[in-house]
Amino acid sequence: MPLLDIKDLSVTFATARGPFRAVDGIDLSVEPGEVLGIVGESGSGKSVTSLAVLGLLADNASVTAGRMQFDGQDLLTLSPKARRRLNGGQVAMIFQEPMSSLNPCFTVGFQIGETLAQHEGLSGKALRHRCIALLEQVGIPAPESRLSAFPHQLSGGMSQRVMIAMAIACNPRLLIADEPTTALDVTIQRQILDLLRDLQRERGMAMILITHDMGVVAESAHRVQVMYAGQVVENRPADSLFTAPRHPYTAALLDALPERAVGRRRLPTIAGTVPGITDRPTGCLFQPRCGLADDRCGTRPPLATDGDGWTRCVRVEGATA
Amino acid sequence: MTVILEARNLKRHYRVKRGLFRAPATVKAVDGASFTVRAGKTLAVVGESGCGKSTLARLLTRIEAPTEGTIHFDGRDITSVPKADEKALRRAVQMVFQNPYGSLNPRQKVADILAEPLLINTDMAKAERRDRAIAMMEKVGLRPDQADRYPHMFSGGQRQRIAIARALMLDPRVVVADEPVSALDISIQAQVLNLMMDLQDEFGLAYVFISHDLSVVRHIADEVMVMYLGRPVEQGPKDTIFTDPRHPYTRALLAAMPRVHRGGAPELPPLSGELPSPMDPPPGCAFHKRCPLAQPRCAQEIPEPRTVDGRMVACHLA
Repeated sequence: MPLLDIKDLSVTFATARGPFRAVDGIDLSVEPGEVLGIVGESGSGKSVTSLAVLGLLADNASVTAGRMQFDGQDLLTLSPKARRRLNGGQVAMIFQEPMSSLNPCFTVGFQIGETLAQHEGLSGKALRHRCIALLEQVGIPAPESRLSAFPHQLSGGMSQRVMIAMAIACNPRLLIADEPTTALDVTIQRQILDLLRDLQRERGMAMILITHDMGVVAESAHRVQVMYAGQVVENRPADSLFTAPRHPYTAALLDALPERAVGRRRLPTIAGTVPGITDRPTGCLFQPRCGLADDRCGTRPPLATDGDGWTRCVRVEGATA
Repeated sequence: MTVILEARNLKRHYRVKRGLFRAPATVKAVDGASFTVRAGKTLAVVGESGCGKSTLARLLTRIEAPTEGTIHFDGRDITSVPKADEKALRRAVQMVFQNPYGSLNPRQKVADILAEPLLINTDMAKAERRDRAIAMMEKVGLRPDQADRYPHMFSGGQRQRIAIARALMLDPRVVVADEPVSALDISIQAQVLNLMMDLQDEFGLAYVFISHDLSVVRHIADEVMVMYLGRPVEQGPKDTIFTDPRHPYTRALLAAMPRVHRGGAPELPPLSGELPSPMDPPPGCAFHKRCPLAQPRCAQEIPEPRTVDGRMVACHLA
């Protein structure tokens, strides 16, 4: 049974210009111990999806889903009290900007301790020891002295390590990492990615890794879900997605990477931009930018399942309604 | 190939106050960089936070004066020139900034943003300035009917096109681009890189391309300079640097880069430790505390740059 099981999730924001559907009928499932990568460009709905899972969306958002379960527990009807027990306990999240995710007014020790006190009722010496052990696990040198440090005294990489320590404090079964290394330098990014991979393996945690960086996903994820303008266009194991993408959008995105174009001067591009709030086409959302579009693309394409994944494109062989 | 821009032993030091009772510190943001930029070619400057790449951009565009060292433009020393010549020099070296959301005035229409360099630097008539602005919009792939729109009506990629167009209004010879594509999505990044390469061919521009993204650098650069804490540690032709890096830091950077397909690049264990503070750099080689190959002498002597197999490298062990 999947740990996180979501069917037909939609998130609609009420805006001054009318309702905007940021996430449009997506399915998402994560098995225990699995690393799922969600990739997509800005505005594809990847962060909104994760915030919907945690119930952290603002009041103008309405979340609907056919099914939204964590470990058999229905997330749609969860009471606020049960939600608070779940978040930070069994489900934890790391955000993109480590510098602005920590509260500047409290020490690192206080902020890690807060989670543990809330969820596990620890206090005093036991709490302090757990905090030190956590900082050690995330590779912070001299953890005893770091407990009394304030966030502004830490570098970006150290802040992200503190965020990870807070997230893993209560042994979550699902860790959602939203662009965890985007704000960091290359060599620090490498350290943080290695740390996340080691923690995930040691603890058998499931992880959702949200990023725009194809390289990060290729190295970390078992399975990858590609999002475009609020929909999932392709889902398959990382190996086969990167060697043989089926959806034209996935293929075009990979072709646009400078890494793949060594020796060629011009990069293959995707014409146009991601549709915004007012100009979403009918039918296949990628159709106006797709080099392969024809008249069949005017209607919403069905899911086409194949050997190891699925695609939302009429051109992919074996498409069934 | 003609050298258009040459820097010799360029330095920029800042004095930083550290409170009432402590002596001010000196931050050596750029500490001895020498390089040449050839006409129509691209020099990529690579490095992490605090390596001095943005300060270097400010020196080349004459936003700031160097503390020491010289900059030659077209064979002439321009480190200190009379005020009258200053203006012409500024026109010849233009800049594109990283964040297209912050570098365009939100209250100006696109045509006015593009015409402003002409208004300040030339005595062109208003109608002619507008014609030039619209012609440049077409060159960078924007439609003339968008001339009277404001920046917020454009996407990130389009805004970066506007920023590039603005930099080209005065027919510069050199464009300094500070992380021009790092705020953009992959598909848009490819469009802007193609545009920059097309414009380079058309106008014979030289680029100083500052970036932390090695796959982008590998695509666009002719020469590469890797910096660490204010000093170039390795510089040379792109293929030499990417296929046979000699400085341990260059090798670590290449190994740390997340890639869709792992190539046969020489791998090193990931670097331990953090970037040192530029206010308090380690003695000797600034990299020795994180270097997996460090020897005792690395902590004492600053390695002098020397030529090894067709590239400059500053390492005792290379």
